[in-house]
Amino acid sequence: MATATKPVRIVVAKVGLDGHDRGVKVVARALRDAGYEVIYTGLRQTPEMVVDAALQEDAQVIGLSIHSGAHMTLFPAVVDELKRRKATDIVVFGGGIIPDDDITALKKRGVAEIFTPGTPLQSIVDWLRNRFPEQAKKP
Amino acid sequence: MKVRAREAEELWKEEFEKSPSREDGLETSTISGIPLKPLYTTGDRPTREQEFPGQYPYTRGIHASGYRGRLWTMRQFSGYATAAETNRRYKYLLANGQTGLSVAFDMPTLMGQDSDAPTSRGEVGHCGVAIDSLADMETLFEGIPLGEITTSMTINSPAAILLCMYIAVAEKQGVPASRLGGTLQNDILKEFIAQKEFIFPPAPSMRLVVDSIEYCAREVPRWNTISISGYHIREAGSTAAQELAFTLADGMAYVDACLERGMHIDDFASRLSFFFDAHIDFFEEIAKFRAARRIWARWMRERYGAQQERSWKLRFHTQTAGVSLTAQQPELNIARTAVEALAAVLGGTQSLHTNAMDEVLALPTDRAARIALRTQQLLAYETGVANTIDPLGGSYFMESLTDEMERQAEAYFKRIDEMGGVIPAIEAGFFQKEIADSAFRYQKELEQRRRVMVGVNDFTVDEEEPIEILRIDPKLEAEQAERVREIRRKRDQARCKNALNRLRKAAAGTDNLMPYILDAVREYATEGEIMQAMIEVFGTYTETAVV
Repeated sequence: MATATKPVRIVVAKVGLDGHDRGVKVVARALRDAGYEVIYTGLRQTPEMVVDAALQEDAQVIGLSIHSGAHMTLFPAVVDELKRRKATDIVVFGGGIIPDDDITALKKRGVAEIFTPGTPLQSIVDWLRNRFPEQAKKP
Repeated sequence: MKVRAREAEELWKEEFEKSPSREDGLETSTISGIPLKPLYTTGDRPTREQEFPGQYPYTRGIHASGYRGRLWTMRQFSGYATAAETNRRYKYLLANGQTGLSVAFDMPTLMGQDSDAPTSRGEVGHCGVAIDSLADMETLFEGIPLGEITTSMTINSPAAILLCMYIAVAEKQGVPASRLGGTLQNDILKEFIAQKEFIFPPAPSMRLVVDSIEYCAREVPRWNTISISGYHIREAGSTAAQELAFTLADGMAYVDACLERGMHIDDFASRLSFFFDAHIDFFEEIAKFRAARRIWARWMRERYGAQQERSWKLRFHTQTAGVSLTAQQPELNIARTAVEALAAVLGGTQSLHTNAMDEVLALPTDRAARIALRTQQLLAYETGVANTIDPLGGSYFMESLTDEMERQAEAYFKRIDEMGGVIPAIEAGFFQKEIADSAFRYQKELEQRRRVMVGVNDFTVDEEEPIEILRIDPKLEAEQAERVREIRRKRDQARCKNALNRLRKAAAGTDNLMPYILDAVREYATEGEIMQAMIEVFGTYTETAVV
């Protein structure tokens, strides 16, 4: 059924130097299956590249994945870059090997949500539906 | 009363079908999707002649004496923060009975860049030790006699540089390269396939691998020049059979490349080593290890015509499965790791790394690292499993599963051949897609609770107890960046520049690059500078991302 609202567009990106792309690919497929428009940037994106992609793609959401331990530097750097480009309406969430204490700190720095290993894909989809209720499409 | 075997089997079948089944909705296939029968009998036993350890095709092990002759090497992969801190951890592990070293490098080192590069921001010392120049390598092995220990180095794109640094440190200790023992991962194909730490395009990457194999055959004859790795392929989501098939296919691609260089098979084959994952599905893993030896032996002898027995023997390192660990109730990871380590031992591994329970959260603490090592010691010295060689050999189930692994691997070899070999298959995204499909299938099975991860999708607790984790001091990055800048200031600039120029020139030609890299290393050229000299000639590689 056609809806008047545009589907939510999500840029998913691997920031940092590590190449562990299993998680990001699984999440990207699941979001696509759930009816979202997903753009995967590929590996080794700098915060500037991620924000560029999000603006070019007119994305409402950025999903970040990292497994190297550099999340405390790179996730806030994406948020800061959004501020610099006056695009703070774009929601940033992330996933990876991220200890609990860091999650609290990252949320304070403007990351909307962090999903850690073992999160069911459905929880990520539910979170997005909650965040963008008017654009929620039936799967 | 005597019942004939056939009647007994029929009777069992009847009874089995009448019995209620569990009805818990769980898969009964292996974690890789191989369907399993509830019972295996003589009918499933292959008609093959009896096999013996130490004899071709080595299904039952490469040594006639198994672990009776020598236990596996307990080799814990470790490295974090600075060279000085990691040096202390190495001394701690050696003092606790570890028998070999294994270096984990941080991401900038793995990606061939220095600690002060802009893209190293936030990454220095986080998932391994930061090594920028020979000076760091000297600190890393300070007080550790390189002639008396073997060292494994997990590094790929810049592998040749780190090996040269190791050789140069040994020189300073007065140990000749010919006495050095150890392993360089140096497996670039699996980087393109799974781990994605590539820098140069495939062709020059392969040239560097062959350069190091050729150089070591002459100068560092006790060195395992490559560790052809299934571990990362499996961790990226492949099945056991895909891990087996893609890894051995990579192995054959290296053999082909060395033969093309004009080397003789028996001059390098015995220095090729392998590295596999030990996942949680117990029997499947053991079958995979057994099948790997049999397939490799056959290909080396029959397809490549290797004459020496040592060229036929597949030797391998094993690491327990990182992906099987859970952030939830992390103490359970000790139990998972023990089961996986047992599979590796029953599969006849030559060396083993057991993961620490907290590795799903951060690098291991001293305590977690010690428990992981103790798990191996417990297997070796308490359980008695090392007393009998290939104890599962001859089991109807194990032999049948070993054959099934072999059959699936051979089917993949055929497909890869039809695509023109490993590199064209990489460029077509074949492996990457196969792996992503398997990873997605497994995740779906978890979501549908057709598979259980204890503590994750069943048997959960409401409140997780916090566990102590290792923190990397954020000050370290600035200090390490300053250290590399200081090295650049202090060295003999003219000699260093000349060495880099000679390397650049050689890269544009066809010479073996190892002596040039070694010269640059000796002049304290940094890893980033040496890589840059080669990038100027070779260029870099970007993959087309497929979801």
